[in-house]
Amino acid sequence: MISTDLAILLPEIFLSLFAMVALIGAVYTEKDGLAGTITWAASAVMIAVAIWVLMSGGNDRTAFGGLFIDDGFSRFAKVVILISAACVLMMGQEFMARRGLLKFEYPVLVVLAVVGMMLMVSAGDLMALYMGLELQSLALYVVAAIRRDGVKSTEAGLKYFVLGALSSGLLLYGASLTYGYAGTTQFAGIIAAAGEGAMPIGLLIGLVFIISGLAFKISAVPFHMWTPDVYEGAPTPITAFFATAPKVAAMGLFARVLHDAFGNATGDWGQILALLAVLSMFLGAIAAVGQRDIKRLMAYSSIAHMGYALVGLASGTEQGVTAMLIYMAIYVTMNIGTFAFILSMERDGRHITTIDSLRQLGSREPVKALALLVLMFSLAGVPPLLGFFGKFAVLMAAVDADMTWLAVLGAIASVIGAFYYLRIVYFMYFGDESVEPVEGHMSPLAFGFLVASAAIMILGIVNLFGVDGYAAAAAATLVN
Amino acid sequence: MDNLLSIITFIPAIAAVILALFLRGEDAAAQKNAKWLALIATGATFIVSLFLIAQFDPSDTGFQFVEEREWLMGLKYKMGVDGISVLFVMLTTFLMPLTIWSAWNVKVRVKEYIIAFLLLETLMLGVFCALDLVLFYLFFEAGLIPMFLIIGIWGGANRIYAAFKFFLYTFLGSVLMLVAMIAMYVDAGTTDIAALLQHNFSTGTISLFGFQILGGLQTLLFLAFFASFAVKMPMWPVHTWLPDAHVQAPTAGSVVLAAILLKMGGYGFLRFSLPMFPVGSEILAPLVFWMSAIAIVYTSLVALAQEDMKKLIAYSSVAHMGYVTMGIFAANQQGIDGAIFQMISHGFISGALFLIVGVIYDRMHTREIDAYGGLINRMPAYALIFCFFTMANVGLPGTSGFIGEFLVLMGIFQVNTWVALFATSGVILSAAYALWLYRRVVLGDLIKESLKTITDMSRRERAIFAPLVVMTLLLGVYPALVTDIIGPSVEALIGKYETAVADFSPATQVAETGDH
Repeated sequence: MISTDLAILLPEIFLSLFAMVALIGAVYTEKDGLAGTITWAASAVMIAVAIWVLMSGGNDRTAFGGLFIDDGFSRFAKVVILISAACVLMMGQEFMARRGLLKFEYPVLVVLAVVGMMLMVSAGDLMALYMGLELQSLALYVVAAIRRDGVKSTEAGLKYFVLGALSSGLLLYGASLTYGYAGTTQFAGIIAAAGEGAMPIGLLIGLVFIISGLAFKISAVPFHMWTPDVYEGAPTPITAFFATAPKVAAMGLFARVLHDAFGNATGDWGQILALLAVLSMFLGAIAAVGQRDIKRLMAYSSIAHMGYALVGLASGTEQGVTAMLIYMAIYVTMNIGTFAFILSMERDGRHITTIDSLRQLGSREPVKALALLVLMFSLAGVPPLLGFFGKFAVLMAAVDADMTWLAVLGAIASVIGAFYYLRIVYFMYFGDESVEPVEGHMSPLAFGFLVASAAIMILGIVNLFGVDGYAAAAAATLVN
Repeated sequence: MDNLLSIITFIPAIAAVILALFLRGEDAAAQKNAKWLALIATGATFIVSLFLIAQFDPSDTGFQFVEEREWLMGLKYKMGVDGISVLFVMLTTFLMPLTIWSAWNVKVRVKEYIIAFLLLETLMLGVFCALDLVLFYLFFEAGLIPMFLIIGIWGGANRIYAAFKFFLYTFLGSVLMLVAMIAMYVDAGTTDIAALLQHNFSTGTISLFGFQILGGLQTLLFLAFFASFAVKMPMWPVHTWLPDAHVQAPTAGSVVLAAILLKMGGYGFLRFSLPMFPVGSEILAPLVFWMSAIAIVYTSLVALAQEDMKKLIAYSSVAHMGYVTMGIFAANQQGIDGAIFQMISHGFISGALFLIVGVIYDRMHTREIDAYGGLINRMPAYALIFCFFTMANVGLPGTSGFIGEFLVLMGIFQVNTWVALFATSGVILSAAYALWLYRRVVLGDLIKESLKTITDMSRRERAIFAPLVVMTLLLGVYPALVTDIIGPSVEALIGKYETAVADFSPATQVAETGDH
């Protein structure tokens, strides 16, 4: 009995064991001397687990009496999370090593955070949800502050921790209200208690608190305040990590809770998400215009992108979930490429992140500049690049769900957003040569990620690599 | 060859990929190779497109050379041409080799320049061939990227402002169109343009924020498409990006912009607005007429005041595009025939005029009208060609410019006499600014020191103009060359438009009596 439950959780168990073995192994031997090896091993293990999860497909299963759900949706999200985390670990390894930040705790914490994320997207119960979320968050708080002697990094870690704790509190409060009115913490029980008609007011308030807590995790406006500071303060590889896997996990969890536990109240939460989406899209677009630091800019960019993903969710349909999954997969790919480039920006051996240091990159480093150009246009959502198809999918879901106004606002926000992506192109290709240029020190691996992600943006228009099909199948298992 | 259109569309892109991957270095030899490869590729595209026009059957009003494949997210890759689009394909393939050839003197980042133009050709051809809404949008919008780079990298002094203005203006117009396209998909359940042409979008009056919208969904969709095409066209008052973009773009960029890119707006009106939203078009046609009339008169007056040659020609383009929109929404045979004719003819004439400016800009590096004068003394061949295209721009009978304007004016006169009156005054104004420009630049005594050593056109430059002169004259004396091809398709379009409008009229009555 228990063994069948454990069998379902095997990928998570395997990853956790790996993290613990690596931790103990490093503590009792060379400590940080092993960090490089552990980083590579962690990446390899995560990719292996991703393939494992991908292959293990088939029927939907639940474990521990519904606490843990293993279905197409969770598998899709897990594969995206695992692969993006592995990519970020690999491309950041050299950056961390050169700056003496490659501590053995770093890959271990990332792996633990990933385990937390996998639990999040598989949660079938408010308790499992909270445990997954906290496992992820606690690991992330620590990695944000990994540069112990840096003021900005510790500030980032502290800010993230305090605000994160607050949001966890909100979420817990919502969960307790929900439990109080539904009499159960299981999603299946909550949806039964909510019934078909109007929801009890207590449940509704619980829902709002849960949404607020989760909105913090995906940095949707008005719960976004921490994002720019944390993005700027944390070491760049960690920023890259924040921008990718945790966002996918939180979005997955969002979809899971809303559809599994509150699936009968799409009208109620649809409005809330639509508001969050509009605010995020516009604030992300407008606030990024004035940014001079590329990491802060990417922070606002990710806020805006979360807004678009929320547009998909807000439509409350299966098509909307599909669109959200496609959007997140494309978003993660674009961000990995962009951060692979940001990692390489330095002058006199010091990492710099100002945008105007990109001047004349187009003539000095034509390949890198071209790849970044493709990524910027893709982030802006200009066809024929993949970023456009992400936007197209979510806007289509919104129109299909009779939320044309939301689609129109999203379209307008994308024009404002296009401006700051174009500004980066402007610096690379049109800027004058008066400013001392940035030196490109790029590991072949990071270069590979940059070029590969740009190539995906172009080649993906042939058939999206079949991701749309997987996403549709995944959404079908969630919404039914 | 059942995938002729794909071959035509993607030859330039393949050449661009080859250049990007295999050409190394910035030395003279590499530059020369890049230019030759581009010339061969665009030339080959033109030759292949000759097969297209040879096999095209004008009497068939449906889509020909159709190819269809499954694509991602349930969309289709579908290409095809009919009488309306086939000539735009020909115009593009005809002009691109000349454009590449005219860029022979570019020295900065030649490889990238050539690649941008090759990609642009693929995207423009794609716009005219696409038979799927999303595919159309993809080609339509993607053209912004190479054009943004062409203006921004190789443009003049104020290029950055121009590039941003160009991009953001057209992008804003287009995203609204995207939402409208999605709404059409949701309503009709398909993105196939051929199927959408048969679909009747609802015309029931709907109320939005307390406003009664006559024509309902059709009017709203029309407005969203209008936002995009009017910017692309460009129509007054959203034309302001064009002079900026033109002035700062390099010669070849200006030629492509004026001769081909501007036609996308007109093509869009003919492909989408008029046949798919006939009732919306009918309701808003007066708005379009007056906007066009204002464009013709106002921009002609503005052109009179210009000090910069390219700006003057840019404003003249806006005025000429005014005739096009006017002709399209007159929605009768003369009007639409004239509009298409005017677009084709403007492709040759405005392209030639920008090349003419390019010739002296390459020598003197200024476009100020005041910097020139008396060029006829040292550049007789140049003066002759300039004179010819000035006359064509004015619409002298015997040149293609006359046929287009005349047909449009005849079409609009039957619909709205007052608008026709204003539009006709534009013909006089165009003579004023064009001839005055010619007098100031070419005629008179050569008194400027700097011009004393200027040389006449080289053999390459003359060869570039030769085909343009031939086409302008040929279409001027034998317009049936164009009208025979577009005629049947236009007739079918008008037939459908009139049926739809006639069906709507009773419904309007009901709605109006209901309100009172």
